[in-house]
Amino acid sequence: MCRIGAIKSLNYVHPSQALLLMQSQQKGHDNSGFAMVMHDLGGIFEGYKHLPTLSLACTDEGLKVAEDMLHAAGFQRVLQWVPEVNDRPGLDINAMPNYVFETFDYPKHIKKSSQKEKEELLLDMRLNLRAALEDDEMGFVYSFWPDVVTLKEIGDPRDIGTYFNLWEPDTKFTARVITAQCRQNTNYDIVRYAAHPFFLQGFTALANGENTFYQKNKEFQRKLHRGYIGFESDSQCFLYSLHYVHRQLGWPLSYYKHVITPLPFEEIGHRDDAQELQAIRQSLSHLEINGPNTIIGVLPDNTLFTCCDAKKLRPIVVGRSSDTVVFSSEVCGINEILPDRDWETDIYPNEREIVVIDNNLEVQRWKQ
Amino acid sequence: METMKIHDITPNDLPWKIRYDASRCTLCGSCVAACSFRAIAPKVERRRMVFSEGDFPEPKTRFSAVPVIRQVHSIKNYCRGCGICEKVCPNDAIGPLRNVDNRHSIVTRCLAGDSVKRGGRKNLESTSRTLDRLRVGRISQMTDPSLDAQRHTFDLLAPFGRILPPGKLPFAVGADGKLQTTGQSPPVRWIYPVIIGDMSIGALSWRMWEGVAMAVAYLNEECGLPVRMCSGEGGVPVRLLKSKYLKYMILQIASGHFGWNRILKAMPHMTEDPAGMLIKIGQGAKPGDGGLLMAQKVAEHIQAIRGVPKADLLSPPNHQGLYSIEESVQKMFLSMNAAFKFRVPVAIKVAASATSVSVFNNLVRDPYNIVGGFFLDGIDGGTGAAHEVSLDHTGHPIVSKLRDCYLAAVTQGRQGQIPLWAAGGLGKTGDLAADAFKMMCLGANGVFTGKLILQMAGCVGNDMGRCNACNTGLCPAGITTQEPALAHRLDPEKVAQNIVNYYLAMDQELKKLMAPIGNSSLPVGRSDALVSTDRAVAERLQIQYVC
Repeated sequence: MCRIGAIKSLNYVHPSQALLLMQSQQKGHDNSGFAMVMHDLGGIFEGYKHLPTLSLACTDEGLKVAEDMLHAAGFQRVLQWVPEVNDRPGLDINAMPNYVFETFDYPKHIKKSSQKEKEELLLDMRLNLRAALEDDEMGFVYSFWPDVVTLKEIGDPRDIGTYFNLWEPDTKFTARVITAQCRQNTNYDIVRYAAHPFFLQGFTALANGENTFYQKNKEFQRKLHRGYIGFESDSQCFLYSLHYVHRQLGWPLSYYKHVITPLPFEEIGHRDDAQELQAIRQSLSHLEINGPNTIIGVLPDNTLFTCCDAKKLRPIVVGRSSDTVVFSSEVCGINEILPDRDWETDIYPNEREIVVIDNNLEVQRWKQ
Repeated sequence: METMKIHDITPNDLPWKIRYDASRCTLCGSCVAACSFRAIAPKVERRRMVFSEGDFPEPKTRFSAVPVIRQVHSIKNYCRGCGICEKVCPNDAIGPLRNVDNRHSIVTRCLAGDSVKRGGRKNLESTSRTLDRLRVGRISQMTDPSLDAQRHTFDLLAPFGRILPPGKLPFAVGADGKLQTTGQSPPVRWIYPVIIGDMSIGALSWRMWEGVAMAVAYLNEECGLPVRMCSGEGGVPVRLLKSKYLKYMILQIASGHFGWNRILKAMPHMTEDPAGMLIKIGQGAKPGDGGLLMAQKVAEHIQAIRGVPKADLLSPPNHQGLYSIEESVQKMFLSMNAAFKFRVPVAIKVAASATSVSVFNNLVRDPYNIVGGFFLDGIDGGTGAAHEVSLDHTGHPIVSKLRDCYLAAVTQGRQGQIPLWAAGGLGKTGDLAADAFKMMCLGANGVFTGKLILQMAGCVGNDMGRCNACNTGLCPAGITTQEPALAHRLDPEKVAQNIVNYYLAMDQELKKLMAPIGNSSLPVGRSDALVSTDRAVAERLQIQYVC
């Protein structure tokens, strides 16, 4: 089974918290990897929130190719952070030679462009980099976006934490939102891109489950947007649907649930908004999901949310204290991070709701 | 003794021979009365008996006249093997036997100088069915638990109507953060994924048609299954047009436009919109050929509904005045959509063909978004009447063609915009749920079926040459006849009951197929759920090959 977790806090949080969150659920996953996406960065990245940061795992050659391409495109590097690694023998990690987090200033010609144009450029740049580094597995470009860093690696999460010195809290590498997952997917090959969380243009999604409409979703999404590529995991479909519904179509987040787990026709018929819901169901029937799933998502404005499939066959718990909210597949993960919270206020979301955490940590429960 | 003439027709030339056991026959006459084809007749045979009564052989001869039943030697009144004589015989004294050595296909043509016509299905069985080489091979287990067909809820509905791509939905976000409709969209009806295919009230007896219509009403009103029935080309009784049950009917217009005068005249009096409109361009069982209703079947009420004299009614092979696909779109747009003020979805039915994908592409790219369904009809479907050469030798199997159309839509990112409905021999083995399910996995939104409905009603024909006399108006089961005596053999209520029960069984079976793959909605396009042990089939359909 897979386990997923997320932390959203008013304060900057170190990834060691995410490791702790997942470690306590270690019996529930197969220790085959660790991946996390951090939004709303603190530490050394705090001063560069408006500039895109590249998260890259690569060979020496891959690093050169990537940097050359970025420079050729006019991006100016303003910050580079290479995590110190502890490469002691015996660690279960299948590490790439280099991990770099580099922040760039935009090319001059686009500095005055609209936010939308910049966002399209960043996506194109990431896709180009990804394509260029695919040969001989020169590198993996996980994200290239302002205020976001991503780390994904294959191996035992504990050892991955040790390798990157993530068990030792510090103030250099922190974020207000961290999403994490500890397992490589089992449906398809183990490749770094297949590890959750997935990221696209400010949106992050990770899931515990199996999307049995993967084939349908994939066939439809491929033609919807140039960024919908890879499909190394059936859970990428959740991200692409989120991106499509919320960003491309511009529909409020609440409709994401109506797209992926539409109400039965009979229930739709009793609703005031039956006309809209039926139109959504029929036009986006290929984005419907099936199978047991729990999804955690992060929006570009750092809103954190979770929802389940329509039959709620996978668990998720939401625990909170005054300054932190934690999502976890198992409650033991929350107990680890927030031992003193009032557990009676924990939320066990049902199959027809979205639990949304805004930047003030206000918890909203939207019934579908 | 009469000289033997080689060209005389004898039972040996005919496809069926009558087995008759005079020793069991009570001469009740039931078989002769029941044979709608007049293929058997009473006859008096002269018999000679040689006997001896004494202690020593003293042969004597006695002649007697014995009434018997014998087979008629005629290519007009030949036995179709329907077995009605056997059904009515109290003593099992008579019945048809297949004559594999017959010369029927030759002598009929030689004597009549006309093409052979019949009803039924393709009668050349050279290969096994593709659908039987597919299995539902992706079973949900540990990580993705299967569902419970009894306990869980399932949405067994399919769209009929043009579906807009999401980006074209006329939505705006309102002040309350909710989507609001700001414009008009094409009408879409969500209906049961198995439509009762288009069989006209001329092809079917009025009692059969009534039975089907009753079943549809019962399924909708009592069972909660929104099953729709297509009228076929040939009009609809005015009483039904004016009734609330019209909402369960898909009205068909085909190249003969039969019955449309009455439909148009009834429009101001309609209290409900029809479920949809189906423009028939072609039919899978006789592609490239129009409808055929022989004069024998053009009874008075058919003449009234269609507004025609008693004559062979031949729909032209194509819509006169239809020049191109673009024009067909225009035609639909102008006449059918506008007729019901854009409230009723309009779909098109074509015969599966090597060119189907081009036709589909043209329609799916139409900028007016008005084609509300692509009904693709493959070979192996049934028909009331056609030239045998068409039935047996023209047409295209449905499975790969449906898949081609779906994949063509996928390639363009347009899957689902024009719902795909497939037919053509589905349910041929009696198990429509499995066939429908597999077709949906390959990309169909739903299926339609005609021949199987007749079989539910009691049709005794099969695709190995048995009966297949739908064209003659002499249907021994009272299904495809307008002869009152024959039609009254059929109990419309029993027909309705059989159809309703079959649908209820099929509904259960569809759930029994959906549950193991863990799906609560129809598995349209879930080709990953299918496997095939036939490599060629797997490759052609782009599904997993297993062994």
